[in-house]
Amino acid sequence: MAEVGRIHSLESFGTVDGPGIRFVVFMQGCPLRCQYCHNPDTWDVNRGTEYTPEALFEEIIKYRSYMKFSGGGVTFTGGEPLLQAGFLLEVSKLCKDKGISVALDTSGFILNNTVKELLEYTDLVLLDIKNYDPVVYKTLTGVSLSPTLKFLDYLREKNIRTWIRYVVVPRLTDNLDSVRQLSGHLDNYPNVEKIELLAFHKMGEYKWKELGLEYKLYDTKEPDRELMKRIADIMGTSGKTVTLNI
Amino acid sequence: MRPEWHDFEGGSWTTEINVRSFIQHNYTPYLGDESFLTGPTERTLKLWEKARELMKIEHEKGILDAETSKPSTITTFGPGYLDKENEVIVGFQTDKPLKRGIMPSGGIRVVKKALEAYGYTLDRKTEEIYTQNRKTHNDGVFDAYTDAMRKARHSGIITGLPDAYGRGRIIGDYRRVALYGVDFLIEEKKQAKKLLENPNLGSPDIRLREELSEQIKALVQLKEMAASYGYDISQPAKDSFEATQWTYFAYLGAIKEQDGAAMSLGRVSTFLDIYYERDLREGKITEEEVQELVDQFVMKLRMVRFLRTPEYNDLFSGDPTWVTESIGGMGVDGRTLVTKTSYRFLHTLYNLGPAPEPNLTVLWSISLPEPFKRYCAKVSIDTSSIQYENDDIMRDVWGDDYGIACCVSAMRIGKQMQFFGARANLAKALLYAINGGRDELSGEQVAPMFAPITSEYLDYNEVMAKFDQMLDWLAELYINTLNVIHYMHDKYNYERLQMALHDVDVFRTQACGIAGLSVVADSLSAIKYARVKAIRNEDGLVTDYEIEGEYPAFGNNDDRVDMIAVDVVERFMNKLRKIKTYRGAYHTLSILTITSNVVYGKKTGSTPDGRKKGEPFAPGANPMHGRDKNGAIASMASVAKLPYKYAEDGISYTFSIVPRALGKDMEDRIHNLVGLLDGYFRSKGHHINVNVFDRETLLDAMEHPEKYPQLTIRVSGYAVNFIKLNREQQLDVINRTFHER
Repeated sequence: MAEVGRIHSLESFGTVDGPGIRFVVFMQGCPLRCQYCHNPDTWDVNRGTEYTPEALFEEIIKYRSYMKFSGGGVTFTGGEPLLQAGFLLEVSKLCKDKGISVALDTSGFILNNTVKELLEYTDLVLLDIKNYDPVVYKTLTGVSLSPTLKFLDYLREKNIRTWIRYVVVPRLTDNLDSVRQLSGHLDNYPNVEKIELLAFHKMGEYKWKELGLEYKLYDTKEPDRELMKRIADIMGTSGKTVTLNI
Repeated sequence: MRPEWHDFEGGSWTTEINVRSFIQHNYTPYLGDESFLTGPTERTLKLWEKARELMKIEHEKGILDAETSKPSTITTFGPGYLDKENEVIVGFQTDKPLKRGIMPSGGIRVVKKALEAYGYTLDRKTEEIYTQNRKTHNDGVFDAYTDAMRKARHSGIITGLPDAYGRGRIIGDYRRVALYGVDFLIEEKKQAKKLLENPNLGSPDIRLREELSEQIKALVQLKEMAASYGYDISQPAKDSFEATQWTYFAYLGAIKEQDGAAMSLGRVSTFLDIYYERDLREGKITEEEVQELVDQFVMKLRMVRFLRTPEYNDLFSGDPTWVTESIGGMGVDGRTLVTKTSYRFLHTLYNLGPAPEPNLTVLWSISLPEPFKRYCAKVSIDTSSIQYENDDIMRDVWGDDYGIACCVSAMRIGKQMQFFGARANLAKALLYAINGGRDELSGEQVAPMFAPITSEYLDYNEVMAKFDQMLDWLAELYINTLNVIHYMHDKYNYERLQMALHDVDVFRTQACGIAGLSVVADSLSAIKYARVKAIRNEDGLVTDYEIEGEYPAFGNNDDRVDMIAVDVVERFMNKLRKIKTYRGAYHTLSILTITSNVVYGKKTGSTPDGRKKGEPFAPGANPMHGRDKNGAIASMASVAKLPYKYAEDGISYTFSIVPRALGKDMEDRIHNLVGLLDGYFRSKGHHINVNVFDRETLLDAMEHPEKYPQLTIRVSGYAVNFIKLNREQQLDVINRTFHER
């Protein structure tokens, strides 16, 4: 019996999660509890709508011509898509069979055999590194940094095309020393093609309220251009392309 | 070859009227990018500044000035200027820029009302002539309307009918004046009239002979009009300036005499490019001078004005004129019709700033040159002032020399015209089906007394059977109403100059339209997939609905409901096709509301999809606000399923997106917008308006209109100056689906 996936929502016109026009699948469930999360409604593994791999693939394939014209594809994000690696493996096989490019947007928290097999069908990984300071990382996400770094090593080992994503949150992830160290670290990864800096935004704030969760960042401001620029400059010392998403 | 045509390649166009042949033999496709473009000249900037000053006063006052006595014909007014010294292309509709003329042949009451609305009084003598001595189109129509037609019009199941003003949506082939000169055109018409000397002269030929005589008179007057500006247009244009000015004169003659809702220009840019290229080649003109001609021509098109009543503005807001110019597309031989002048027209949006008019319409094909696609996307992102239509599906039907009239209506230039038929409110028809032909708001019996639905919960099959029956009634009444209107329009308000710029035998379409498609599709889907309870008043009339459960809504690329929408379109079109039309016109259908979706909603009670009484419909073929849950492309995909074959008058879709959701930076945004358009048109979407701006900008513009004199947005098939919309319409635009994720 095919594995069933739990899906939070679908976006037919994704333009910021990988190249070109992407069909973005928001997977339900996440082991991290990032303070700045803008999709806290994806955390609970028991919510969402159930899809079989075939049913989800049928939705994806409808948009093939848009992907083709724009050099896009499908992006699995969430939530943490790796929680449902088995399901995504089935969907990715179907996608690859029809020439659809697959991207995975993940925190890299899980690396088991299923995930490794899934990565064989993945064209691009958008790896979110929330912070490079293990203590800050733990505070920020509730989990430890080391699985993510191991995941990054594995991506290098398999030479999988990777974009690093880093969310800039004032007074939380603007610890410049650690940014500098991360930049130096990434220098050792030829599979990392670019670094995307994402500006923290408050559009998800209302969801915390709706879910009755305690939101710690009410007083945190969105980063200004200057801060974004400063972090971009530091990241740039890695020799990688840095893009800003403000 | 005539001396004016030196260095042009000959073809059938030299011996007969055939502008397409001229274009095909002589144009230069342009595959490069926009780097050759130049900024505005000093003269253009000075002139535009003056125009803007007048427009500012106009915006404050409502209108700048109006004629109150002399009905406007081609030669009523002597020459008018804005600033003779800096004005390269000349000609205004009346003796002063932005002053509105009166055209009472459509209907005197509307003229009177419109003047009064702005504090002017119609001259008593003029009023007397048009009430006692000269019958108008409006009078003729009401003489012939049946009781059923009056009722349907009053209840709003059919509205926006051109029964009190000019019907418009006719495009004269204004290029003919430049290419051939007026004398040649007159000669052709005279010969055609000679051929109509039959032994048995029946009414069709008698009518045509009279029409041809009128056309010839109009052409003679057109020469007089141009002569008053000091130009002799009896002969062909000999250079870039003359080609532009002659083309504009031809168009100007049309808008001096007709105030149809849409007075579109056609497809002139690639035609003009041939003259520009020749002069550039011969060193007679510079790029700056060519751009100056285009800028100044476009500036004139931005100053076209008609006198409208406030009621008219509720339907079609923002003072639109639909000076639609169709740009780009591909030729049937596979060469692109994009030329440098396609770029130059779009470039006016930078040189003069964004504007709703002329209604710049890009005919998009998957095969368009990539740099042109990218330039269009950039212009859209920067100005939100252009719309796109699917050249790949229209070329199949209409060839490669068609233009768009109004918003989405394609017609072969100079060979085809349409009888504009406004639209029928299908959401109301569905409510009539449920209520046995009684109006849900007034309780009045408007449609025949069919048996109403009496069950508490609506049954899909029962509703469909009754809806089908109601559509039979509506189709028949609708076509017959249009037959009355167009019979009278031909008789009392014939477009003699525009038709003089057509072939003698034209192909006519009877352009019907529908409003409320997504409301109907969702309502039927709710009845089928959820449970819908009818709430009746003490009179037994269903006035509201309660939905239990969920239903798939149009706009999510879900066949369960999308196929209902397709079925409704095909079903209604097939019913229309059964009813005979005036002058044997070919039936077409549009799914287009312009801004009337707000008024339609106001006049329609609660519907089974959960929409409450008075709430706006979605515009055109758009899904209902907020019901599309899977993002922009899913929504577009639903719309693209609607079959063009059953809606050959066009299917309008309006798309608004915040810049951020289109991509991270300009480069990504251009790339993604091009991909979006390619994908949409590949999947057979017909039309799309593209708006790129933040919701906050619009909110700010509502509060501080003075900061945004040129803020232009695309709504169903045309563009408007946002600050000219009334508050209700502004809110409708803002509340409408914004894709921001």
